[in-house]
Amino acid sequence: MIKINQISKSYNENQAVKKISLKVNEGELFGLIGPDGAGKTTLMRILTTLLLPESGEAKMDGLDVVNDFKKIRHIVGYMPGRFSLYQDLSVEENLNFFATVFGTTVQENYDLIRDIYYQIEPFKNRRAGKLSGGMKQKLALSCALIHKPKILVLDEPTTGVDAVSRKEFWEMLKKLQKKGITILVSTPYMDEANLCDRVALIQKGELLNVDSPQRITEKFPRRIIQIRSDEMYRLINDLRAFEKAESVFAFGQFVHFTGINDDVETNELDIYLEKQNHNNIVVEEISPGIEDVFMSMQSNSK
Amino acid sequence: MKQLKSFIKKEFFHIFRDPRTMLILFGIPIAQLLIFGTVIKSEIKDVHIAVYDQSKDITTQQITNKILSSGYFILDKNLENTNGIEDIFRKGKVKEVIVFESNFGEKLKKEGKANVQLIADASDPNTARLVISYTSGIINDYIKKMYPNLQLPMQIQPEVRMYFNEEMKSAYMFVPGVMALILMLISAMMTSISITREKELGTMEILLVSPLRPAQIIIGKVIPYLMLSVANAFVIVLIGNLVFGVPITGSFILLMLETILFIMMALCLGILISTAAKNQMTAMFISMIGLMLPTIILSGFIYPIENMPVVLQVISHIMPARYFVTIIRAIMLKGVGILFVWKETLILIGMTLFFIAVSVRKFKIRLE
Repeated sequence: MIKINQISKSYNENQAVKKISLKVNEGELFGLIGPDGAGKTTLMRILTTLLLPESGEAKMDGLDVVNDFKKIRHIVGYMPGRFSLYQDLSVEENLNFFATVFGTTVQENYDLIRDIYYQIEPFKNRRAGKLSGGMKQKLALSCALIHKPKILVLDEPTTGVDAVSRKEFWEMLKKLQKKGITILVSTPYMDEANLCDRVALIQKGELLNVDSPQRITEKFPRRIIQIRSDEMYRLINDLRAFEKAESVFAFGQFVHFTGINDDVETNELDIYLEKQNHNNIVVEEISPGIEDVFMSMQSNSK
Repeated sequence: MKQLKSFIKKEFFHIFRDPRTMLILFGIPIAQLLIFGTVIKSEIKDVHIAVYDQSKDITTQQITNKILSSGYFILDKNLENTNGIEDIFRKGKVKEVIVFESNFGEKLKKEGKANVQLIADASDPNTARLVISYTSGIINDYIKKMYPNLQLPMQIQPEVRMYFNEEMKSAYMFVPGVMALILMLISAMMTSISITREKELGTMEILLVSPLRPAQIIIGKVIPYLMLSVANAFVIVLIGNLVFGVPITGSFILLMLETILFIMMALCLGILISTAAKNQMTAMFISMIGLMLPTIILSGFIYPIENMPVVLQVISHIMPARYFVTIIRAIMLKGVGILFVWKETLILIGMTLFFIAVSVRKFKIRLE
């Protein structure tokens, strides 16, 4: 459905996207995962015909993003990273406006957006600028869907949205996927990566890995040890000072530890930490998550 | 067509829901017109004067009375000697001192000649010149009426008439000028701001990925402001007529058509500005600095173009307001038809087409 071949793009000296090639299948929920400034937005803007690639080519449903941009604009729904609806128009006015602009009506495609729109319908006379973050995002999604696009491109849709709304949002995406819409979504949150069919890990404009989240973590050869104690900050410092430590990262309440050549056993760490007077120490080996993969790739590429 | 209609509707929502936009659109023009109307004056009224009458006879009394009853002057003080003159000017209130020599009336009767001295405060040269010429006019008028037979040797008597503005009212000059200025500013500034606002808020991104064509976006932006500006122009002409007494001797329809043409030109210029400006601030600055000052100075609205240095005269040819001011002055004051202003009209049409063409070409169908 989406074919990206050797796409590059730079702003002045700064190369935002470096020769990325990627394929997204029809009906897939595909995630672009990477930190801020990785080039996700640039790539999405090229696909939505908002930017011209410097080199390489990309096709959306067989249409070239440079030459067939007019046709692509009919079949793609795009939700930019920033809330980009008219704040001084009401919910209903926004939706009607975008429906007419795309040459359709709200009634015609209502069943597609019903699940999403019914939640904000009680506020349909409220100005969009006065909605909460979660509601804004639902409205933006409704507007992006109103013309029944074949491909939906969502740029960091869950940034700045509370945890409950984020979960709801991903449930909605799953439902849309069942209706046959191909979805390309970018996010800086690793936990959301697990909800995609396949993900592409992007870092500094380069593609690190493309696969399903499970395969990516399964293929990850390293052993991850999860550690906690009462004093988080001192724990990180002490672990970093440990002679066989390769990487130490904080992950919520835990610290994820990888040893040099994976040659560190859990009891070794237990003894070491007790010597440093840590209390309530928990040390256990876990299967790696997508975060660990990403962190390790990030440090390798440096 | 449906797309365009809903775009225009949306644009009206933006305008009517933003108090700032409403203020700029309707508050500023009226305020500006009234301010210009009371500030720019080439006539004088209630100028304070002092009189040093050394003769105090009937003739000087009559002349003084005639001067004071003209409505232009107010007597501030009767002086008793010449020493006070400088002091009284320093205080700043009195702008002119009239000094009659002693035995004024007698000398006039006997010798046919008497001296009156007019001393003016020339720290404001324009007022000084006006005050002096008004006073001399009144004195000459008096002498002529009192002594119709008085003949100076070899006298040429010019008969002056001010055509199209008999009373030399300054309102006749500034109403067309202010109209050009306001329409130019409002139209160009508002369109450029409304387009750059979409860029700033990111909504342009969505409009661009939609199937809307650039022409539709541009027309959708132009039409609402065109309608409001025409309403504005109507109000300005009305205020000019009712408050300042500027006549509309020519065809009102022609006047409105020319006004619509000028507004179209300004709107297209605004769109051109918006294609170059990245944010609302820049757009506003370009419109304000780039359009307001040149329009005021170079359009012949306040300063006659003929008196400018040649370089500025040449530059004034690219000022659209110059042609518009000429056109509306001709229609409102002289009452002429299209036959007399077709050249200026053609130039404005040309400029409009040029701006449309450039802005459609420069309008970006992508970001960047």
